[in-house]
Amino acid sequence: MDDASLPDGASGRTVAAPTRREVYEAEVRRRSNRIALISTASVVLAIVFLVPLAPGWEAVQRSFFNGRVFAATFPGLLNAFLLNVMIFAWSAPLIAVTGLAIALCRDTRAPALFPLRLFGIAYTDIFRGLPVVLVIYIIGFGVPGLGLPRPWNSPYIWGTLALVLVYSAYVAEVIRSGIDSIHQSQRSAAASLGLSERDTMRFVVLPQAIRNVVPANMNLFIALQKDVALLSFIGPVEVFRQAGVYKSLYANFTPYVGAALIFLVLTIPATRYADYLMNKQNRART
Amino acid sequence: MTAKLSLRGVRKRFGDHEVCKGIDLDVADGEMVCLIGASGSGKSTLLRCMNLLEPIDDGTIWLDGTDISEPGLDPQPVRQQIGIVFQSYNLFPHMTAAENVMLAPRRVYGRSRDVLRPQVERLFSRFGLGDRMDHYPDQLSGGQQQRVAIIRALAMEPQIMLFDEITSALDPELVGEVLDVLRDLRGQGMTMVLATHEMGFARELADKVCFLDAGRILEQGPPDELFSAPREARTKAFLSRVL
Amino acid sequence: MKLIVGGALAVLFTATSVVAQDGGACAKGKTLTDGTLTIATGNPAYYPWVMNDAPESGEGFEAAVAYAIAEKMGFGQDNVTWVRTSFDEAIQPGAKNFDFNMQQYSITPEREEMVDFSLPYYTSAMAVLTTQNVVDAGAEATLDSLKGLKWGAVATTTAIPMLEDVIDPSSDPLLYNDNADVNAAIMAGQIDAALYDLPTALYLSAVVVEGGALLGQFPPEQSESPDQFGLLMEQDNPLKECVDAALTELTESGELAAIEAQWLAEATGVPVIK
Ligand SMILES: Nc1ncnc2c1ncn2[C@@H]1O[C@H](COP(=O)(O)OP(=O)(O)O)[C@@H](O)[C@H]1O
Ligand SMILES: [Mg+2]
Repeated sequence: MDDASLPDGASGRTVAAPTRREVYEAEVRRRSNRIALISTASVVLAIVFLVPLAPGWEAVQRSFFNGRVFAATFPGLLNAFLLNVMIFAWSAPLIAVTGLAIALCRDTRAPALFPLRLFGIAYTDIFRGLPVVLVIYIIGFGVPGLGLPRPWNSPYIWGTLALVLVYSAYVAEVIRSGIDSIHQSQRSAAASLGLSERDTMRFVVLPQAIRNVVPANMNLFIALQKDVALLSFIGPVEVFRQAGVYKSLYANFTPYVGAALIFLVLTIPATRYADYLMNKQNRART
Repeated sequence: MTAKLSLRGVRKRFGDHEVCKGIDLDVADGEMVCLIGASGSGKSTLLRCMNLLEPIDDGTIWLDGTDISEPGLDPQPVRQQIGIVFQSYNLFPHMTAAENVMLAPRRVYGRSRDVLRPQVERLFSRFGLGDRMDHYPDQLSGGQQQRVAIIRALAMEPQIMLFDEITSALDPELVGEVLDVLRDLRGQGMTMVLATHEMGFARELADKVCFLDAGRILEQGPPDELFSAPREARTKAFLSRVL
Repeated sequence: MKLIVGGALAVLFTATSVVAQDGGACAKGKTLTDGTLTIATGNPAYYPWVMNDAPESGEGFEAAVAYAIAEKMGFGQDNVTWVRTSFDEAIQPGAKNFDFNMQQYSITPEREEMVDFSLPYYTSAMAVLTTQNVVDAGAEATLDSLKGLKWGAVATTTAIPMLEDVIDPSSDPLLYNDNADVNAAIMAGQIDAALYDLPTALYLSAVVVEGGALLGQFPPEQSESPDQFGLLMEQDNPLKECVDAALTELTESGELAAIEAQWLAEATGVPVIK
């Protein structure tokens, strides 16, 4: 039965009065919102009331959620976090460029460039197979140990290199999966127009591939933001290290909670945004 | 007169599966040739062989008397001469219609956007898309996208155009606008090879119709002959199914 | 009757032997395990505080002090057990697995808000560890000269506030997880100098760091808040009064000074920083 056959002239309606279906769906939505609200509230209340009943709660609170220590250390933590931001800011573009270069190495087809391809494969295999902190240690202490003069032995340089090596390997794999996801017919279309392989890659495949992997890469860069803290192992006093210093001075873990808060303020919106992009893309694909 | 495009004994294999089993075909200058045949008979593959998107295993293809099927030959200049339009449009989704059209002339012929833009504008309005130049593919209907794809191929100023079932993916009411474009090109004297299921269209405009069956041209001739008096039983059977 | 007397004697005998074994009345019932004193040290424990990472031997300054305190509290050699903890384990909330923890913990008012310290068992000078190359390049034992050096330190030590307050270097110091990493940075030339307590610095410069040198020391009597080591205990640990009593006894009798003289090298040769 279509609208036109309804006797009450509903089909000719110009004002947006809700249809029966809309009324029904609104009611369902209201009911599920109510249930979600009630169950969330009960879980939160349970946590708020039950956790403090635990026998060790007071001690935990004093060690981890100590207002006095928090107030004394938080400004210093924020200040140290600037270093994280800086390291991130110069590492991220380097990682993006290196990752792209490695992805292209792996994608070369010309036999003359086979060594490049082999290099790309070895690179991604090795650096994805190593814990970041190991690479930071080995490169951050190892290379300067060869006897480089200052400032070329700076932990910032070699620590950054370590981050770039590891993360560009992941970024390269993500970009490569993006390249693979571009349908062969796009390459065919480009080839049929007489475009060279190079131009096909540069103007047709890569722009689409990179757009497709933006969310995946965002997740990598969120992880990078956290792993910047590992540079502290070779000297730089970023927020994680600063929190460790405060922890040791105050014999209290609250500074770590402060550092965690700073990370979350940054990473939660970024994660939500990456998820949003990912969903949007999935919807566009179907 | 020698043929513009000439195929002799063309064979193409995918693994063990031979898809073209010795194709002989001549396309004269300004001629329109239609390939008909069941799905899987090898029409698309044959077209892709013609502009070297697929390397052939055996046989020869001549373009203006030059052997273009020689192994190791650079396919790019040939592809500039022979344009192809696909069933699924294959527009570049990240570029506007105009950018889709201008990319290859810019990169291959080194022409600037300023020079190209007026030419491209003329093509767009000729095919009724004057107001769609700066739309992205996903903002266009199927028929509009297919017309942009045709313009894109034409912008390379090819001597021959190949069309691979370019109306098959379209809603019925959009088929007409694309066929009109082909009519227009036919009027301009463009040399064309079409794989098509539009039998009425083939009958109306083709100079020659070839019936492909399991990788062979079983029968070919002027449309009136082939459609009204097919010699082969398989041609008859096919035509009785589609007409 | 005979049986009863015998029984009573037996009870008496057992009781006295328990008292003898359990040590002074002070510690009774206040230790983790009755009759045993559980002491924590680092993992690893470093020279010259503990020799060969084997505190059970009683060799090394802290190991020797630990056994001396234990004895004063009435625990024989056999009634002491050792455990290993990191700094974080030492301060984490919840039940502790040691009675006291001894690994050069500096006593500070901030830390005392969270844990208890015994009276100090050692007052350390702070010393500047560097390499001969840096000395040859013109580094001197003056505050002015020290300001211009690139500094490093172990992140979990009280050397850091000292570094900031007293030396106030012109570029930000680099901080590390442990001695080994600081040494690696010194040897790689990433830092010029590191701040340590004097005994550690003496040992590192002589044995561990290639081309290591001691540039100078900040003697404790010069400092407003000298670096004093104390035994770390859970807050409000009732054992604290017994430990403090034992330490006071050891200090007053001169035993503590004797142990120090035995295990910690004289630092008279190290110039004082002006
Ligand atoms: N790239 C390829 N790899 C393997 N088999 C293919 C490929 N392209 C086409 N084929 C096979 O070749 C046969 C002919 O296909 P096609 O040329 O697309 O026929 P048509 O266009 O007439 O429907 C089919 O059986 C198809 O499965
Ligand atoms: Mg086909």
